Amino acid sequence: MSSTKFILGCFDDPDNMMHGIENLQKNSIPIYDVYTPMPIHGIEAKLGVKESRLGYAAFCFGCLGGSVIFSILYYTLVHDWPMNVGGKPHFAMPNFVPFTFEWTILFAAFGMVFTFYAATHLFPGRAPRVMDLRATDDRFVIAVDAKGNVPHDDITRLLQEAGAVEVKHNERKYVSYE
Amino acid sequence: MSTHQHSFNERFEFAGKAKTLSLVGIVIGIVGVLAGFFGGEEGIQNTFSNLLLSSYYFVGVCVAGVFFLAYQYMAQSGWSVAFLRIPQAFAKTLVFAAITLLIVVAAGLLVHHEEVLEGHKVSAPYLYAHWATKGLTDPKSEIYDKIITGKSAFLNLPFFYGTLIVLLGLYSLFGRLLVKYSNSEDVLGGMLNYNKSFKISAIFLVIFGFTFPIYSFGAVMSLEAHWFSTMFGWYNLAAVHVSGLAVIALTLIILKQNGYFEWVNESHMQDLGKLIFGFSIFWTYVWFAQFFLTWYANMPEESVYFYKRWEPEYKWWFWLNIILNFLAPLLLLMKNNDKRSLNRMKFAAIIIIIGHWLDYYLMIMPGTIKKEHMFNLVEFAQDMAIFAGFAGLFSFLMLSTLSKFESLVPKKHPLLEESLHHHIY
Repeated sequence: MSSTKFILGCFDDPDNMMHGIENLQKNSIPIYDVYTPMPIHGIEAKLGVKESRLGYAAFCFGCLGGSVIFSILYYTLVHDWPMNVGGKPHFAMPNFVPFTFEWTILFAAFGMVFTFYAATHLFPGRAPRVMDLRATDDRFVIAVDAKGNVPHDDITRLLQEAGAVEVKHNERKYVSYE
Repeated sequence: MSTHQHSFNERFEFAGKAKTLSLVGIVIGIVGVLAGFFGGEEGIQNTFSNLLLSSYYFVGVCVAGVFFLAYQYMAQSGWSVAFLRIPQAFAKTLVFAAITLLIVVAAGLLVHHEEVLEGHKVSAPYLYAHWATKGLTDPKSEIYDKIITGKSAFLNLPFFYGTLIVLLGLYSLFGRLLVKYSNSEDVLGGMLNYNKSFKISAIFLVIFGFTFPIYSFGAVMSLEAHWFSTMFGWYNLAAVHVSGLAVIALTLIILKQNGYFEWVNESHMQDLGKLIFGFSIFWTYVWFAQFFLTWYANMPEESVYFYKRWEPEYKWWFWLNIILNFLAPLLLLMKNNDKRSLNRMKFAAIIIIIGHWLDYYLMIMPGTIKKEHMFNLVEFAQDMAIFAGFAGLFSFLMLSTLSKFESLVPKKHPLLEESLHHHIY
């Protein structure tokens, strides 16, 4: 049993990388993930990446923001300390609209950013988790989980056939940890 | 997906059902106008108000075509190239719409009727009676009105009508230029015409942005000349824009369902849907801003506008306006898949088109007609007939313009390939 944890196929050309994905998929080898320095068109469909659920997070945070400010407004302006502003009723709905609108947007926007950070380990100050440093520069990397995917030589061969300039057998998942 | 799969030389053929329906619409409209003119004074008033409403809507949709073209060129956006012919057809139709509006306004100003104003019998025009009635600005007159006199630098016949002619002429001119450049681009190729379009779009957007409020202040806001709202121009711009986008989407979908524009894909629909969704929210934003400022300040000369629209005969329409133009697009177009579905988009576009008719109805009618019931079948039938007439006129002129284009896509537009491969998640 080798101590290889991940097999990385590094490509210098996105088309070759797409070809590598096809090769692996044809041989029913599950792909852990793919790292590219730029967005590759159509790669989500090819890898079967599920549609982002960020929109649902945005919706929930928006609802939260709207409810929070509405409660604050209601408590301060209607319940706790009603004031007469221009002869308007204390519970004057049009007054509430701008605040509710803005807080809904504020919470939705910040909530989406933080959800995204949380989901991708990108919080500021945290060392990014990277499998291969050149994936952020000029290499297109296919990562295959080595455990249960044997024999490793076949995977290496498939990646090389597709035009991988380098195939790495890494013993640890990330080259950088926090 | 490559270019040669599509036959770009295919032209739109304007015949059959589309032509018949357009002509039927025009006939219904003519019947509606004639019936109104034989319907006594109130019938004539209703006809004039409806003619103004529909021709303002007509101009608005066509202007939105020019506006759409201009900001697409200005943003150098590629996605819209696939269906750019549709707003181009709108832009070319604008000159007819402008002439229609000018005729309606002129007729409304020229045809007078007896009216009792503050106990004095006056001869008031059917449209713009609040400022165009003779004597309002004459200090010796019995109906002298100080407020109107103060506004007479803007609200006097030569300036008012001249502004309309100049502005509509300018918008039509820019629309035609953008179409002309696109057509010669198809012949010559190269970047020359694209660069010219970019430049002319920039000039148009500056002119349009500053003058559109003046146009809507004149054409619609001055119907209730004592009232004013500085938000009115933006409010109208939002309405014009979103209803124009809805008409673009509806035209595109109907043509696509009839076998044209097969290169327009789900991503184009989604982007168009996003614009419609976004600008419906924007419409609501400015609508509310106008309402909110008036409500908060609570000054009688401003509140009167909403006071009238809060009367029993308008109150339900007032709320329906918000439901159709805000809630409906919000809920119908929120999800990506909804924007990608042709049928959903078609349904939403129709709702918005109806909704903005109602929006204009609420701008124009309370200041012009005497409405006694919330719903009057005869009146409503006439409203619908005239609307059908203008819908027919618009689709007839627009589709015959579209059929004159050599191809249904600007073949040598530099961003055509980008548009054909447009794909978003």
